[in-house]
Amino acid sequence: MVTVSTTTRTAQDLTAQARDVLGVSRLTNHALTSWLHGLPGVDQVGCEARAASLGTRSVKTTSKAWAIDTAIGMIDLTTLEGSDTVGKVRSLCAKALVPDPLDPTTPRPAAICVYGDMVATAKAALGDSGIHVAAVATAFPSGRASMPVKLADTRDAVEAGADEIDMVIDRGAFLSGDYLTVFNQIAEVKQACGTAHLKVIMETGELVTYDNVRRASYLSMLAGGDFIKTSTGKVQPAATLPVTLIMLEAVRDWRDLTGTQVGVKPAGGIKTTKDAIKYLVMVSEIAGDDWLTPEWFRFGASSLLNDLILQRQKLATGAYSGADYVTID
Amino acid sequence: MPKFEYAPAPESRAIVTIEKSYGLFIDGAFTRPKATFPTLNPADETVLAEVSQAGPKDVDKAVAAARRAYEGVWGRMSGAERGKYLFRIARILQERAREFAVLETLDNGKPIKETRDVDVPVAAAHFFYHAGWADKLEYAGLSASGADVPRPHGVVGQVIPWNFPLLMLAWKIAPALATGNTVVLKPAETTPLSALLFAEVCQQAELPAGVVNIITGDGRTGQALVEHPDVDKIAFTGSTEVGKAIARTIAGTSKKATLELGGKAANIVFDDAPLDQAVEGIVNGIFFNQGQVCCAGSRLLVQENVHDQVVAKLKRRLGTLRVGDPMDKNSDLGAINSKAQLDRITSLVEAGVAEGAERWSPECTLPAKGYWFPPTVLTGVSQTHRVATEEIFGPVLSVLTFRTPQEAVAKANNTAYGLSAGVWTEKGSRILWMADQLKAGVVWANTFNRFDPTSPFGGYKESGYGREGGRHGLEAYVTTAPSTLTGAAR
Repeated sequence: MVTVSTTTRTAQDLTAQARDVLGVSRLTNHALTSWLHGLPGVDQVGCEARAASLGTRSVKTTSKAWAIDTAIGMIDLTTLEGSDTVGKVRSLCAKALVPDPLDPTTPRPAAICVYGDMVATAKAALGDSGIHVAAVATAFPSGRASMPVKLADTRDAVEAGADEIDMVIDRGAFLSGDYLTVFNQIAEVKQACGTAHLKVIMETGELVTYDNVRRASYLSMLAGGDFIKTSTGKVQPAATLPVTLIMLEAVRDWRDLTGTQVGVKPAGGIKTTKDAIKYLVMVSEIAGDDWLTPEWFRFGASSLLNDLILQRQKLATGAYSGADYVTID
Repeated sequence: MPKFEYAPAPESRAIVTIEKSYGLFIDGAFTRPKATFPTLNPADETVLAEVSQAGPKDVDKAVAAARRAYEGVWGRMSGAERGKYLFRIARILQERAREFAVLETLDNGKPIKETRDVDVPVAAAHFFYHAGWADKLEYAGLSASGADVPRPHGVVGQVIPWNFPLLMLAWKIAPALATGNTVVLKPAETTPLSALLFAEVCQQAELPAGVVNIITGDGRTGQALVEHPDVDKIAFTGSTEVGKAIARTIAGTSKKATLELGGKAANIVFDDAPLDQAVEGIVNGIFFNQGQVCCAGSRLLVQENVHDQVVAKLKRRLGTLRVGDPMDKNSDLGAINSKAQLDRITSLVEAGVAEGAERWSPECTLPAKGYWFPPTVLTGVSQTHRVATEEIFGPVLSVLTFRTPQEAVAKANNTAYGLSAGVWTEKGSRILWMADQLKAGVVWANTFNRFDPTSPFGGYKESGYGREGGRHGLEAYVTTAPSTLTGAAR
């Protein structure tokens, strides 16, 4: 059972809080620009070297077993295809409820992540299992729609019972320097979420530079995001270790600055246990162990779950089983 | 709250065979061990092996073997042929990389992560790089007039330190052999084993006998080698004190010398620096190899307006450093190389505290046996403190502040040394200006402690003279004086 505490915030509240953080009487694009561009820069080479060096940590035996179970519990098991059907979503939910029929001690993933029209199906299939339903919204994945459409998309998913909303930011507005629009959109979606948890997808593959990733992270946190998330999974590159490193530094420093803890979700392209463990090492050594729970860290993934189960079986039995011994969803 | 504990992940030492005792490697073969002394694992003080103390007669034999090899084979061999041997050595180093990494970690105390990822691969890279030069020396721009072909000196005596035993060996032997010199090399007293394993590599590569000779021993052996009349050139890396003694010894002789000595590098952080990466650079600058690095960024010069922020970030980062068993793949810091070095670090830090510096270390449990010193930050340090002027050669960072770029340069250059410096700023023009103003052989911009065989390395002032690596590094190993050999090939 994932516990997520979310407070309802109005866009007005969030703007007032942002003014307070920035120390300004009016939240203007100029104020946001000064603040975001005043953050320390990111040196690309140094950032990538640090991520690579954390990737060489050797995680074996007991710590590997702990990491595998922790990673499984952090997965947002995802299907986001035009070809999704009720049958497909039910099957995915069944997989989440019984990840490994050979071993009932296998933990369950944190959530199922689907498009808004599949929320009711997923809710019904998951029942009172405690597994959350997350819905992508706001004209996912491009975000190219008017604000009323984005808000309607969000409300629709929330009314259908979504526990979590994964929104996308307007990358066009961000890249053109219109930070205030990005802020307002996030704040309004947050208000529309009510008590649902808001994850803000920055689509870092379109932001390109690490400086942009840092600025987008701070902007998303300032505007009320409960989580910052790398990618939709529809754009390459999706989640990478260096990008996640920048985001983990951001949530760490944000808590120091405001006292508010924000979660991190890398999504897209994380397929192996080895990869997942590298992320957990990074969470532990950059943000700290406070983030090592599904409340504060998630993996947006689909095939990752079965690789984790394979490795889990290997640790238990001492031998690799094979693809026929894990179930497809 | 959960805690991500890494289970022990020790590298196996089974891959390397350590003999009970070692002789000297002279003229292509090992002599019988005699007058032996122990070499310890500094992480637990156990004896790894006994090695021989080479006396003056042994030095004679080694130099004579090197002379014969120079006159008979190596000095006459074409550059292309020499290059083949160097390529072969480089490949064998790669093939036996794990063996070298394990042995180096056992003998030196540095973490396996570093020997595996830095010492051994960079050592192999030096051989590859210089192998490529061997048949291109005529085109390296080494001859002043362009008329004469650069020629080797002959026999080179090389004395190397204990902080990077294999890597310093590679820095010394690779350019010497590429240019056609033969070598007598003395590894440091406390870290002889990787050099002795390298002797096996020379045999495996079928390097002609006498081209590389390795003699072990303490300072007396080094002195006998430096004083030997038939040595044409000295290459030394080590302390400034010994470097000065070498310069005195060879004064008035025809011997050439390159000296790579101590340092007290300034790592300069401006307020517009990429701070998280600067913190990594500070950590890498002073805690890499337990700070036992001549070019270590031992003085942090941080702009006063970001001092508190940088120090806070640094302390948080140091809390995640893992100090302990060097053979564990997750150890970031290992053991100090010797009791003598540990004592020196301890006394200098005590002196720093007595002079008014504030001492801080993260919480860490040090092993009961072996030579250990916690990562340490000294804040409130002034230029006049001993910890700001003397080389500590340990995991100890002295933090000073500055207000303007001019003050940063003045403080950075206010030292008897001049080996390296680091500059952290997002402003490109300031990097160029600083690099121009800093009196240091290497200036790193937004990075620190990066080494590459293509880049020359060496110091100003009491940090020594001569350059190693790159095209510049070849200069020290060649002369344009007429050859002493008859019928020598290029």
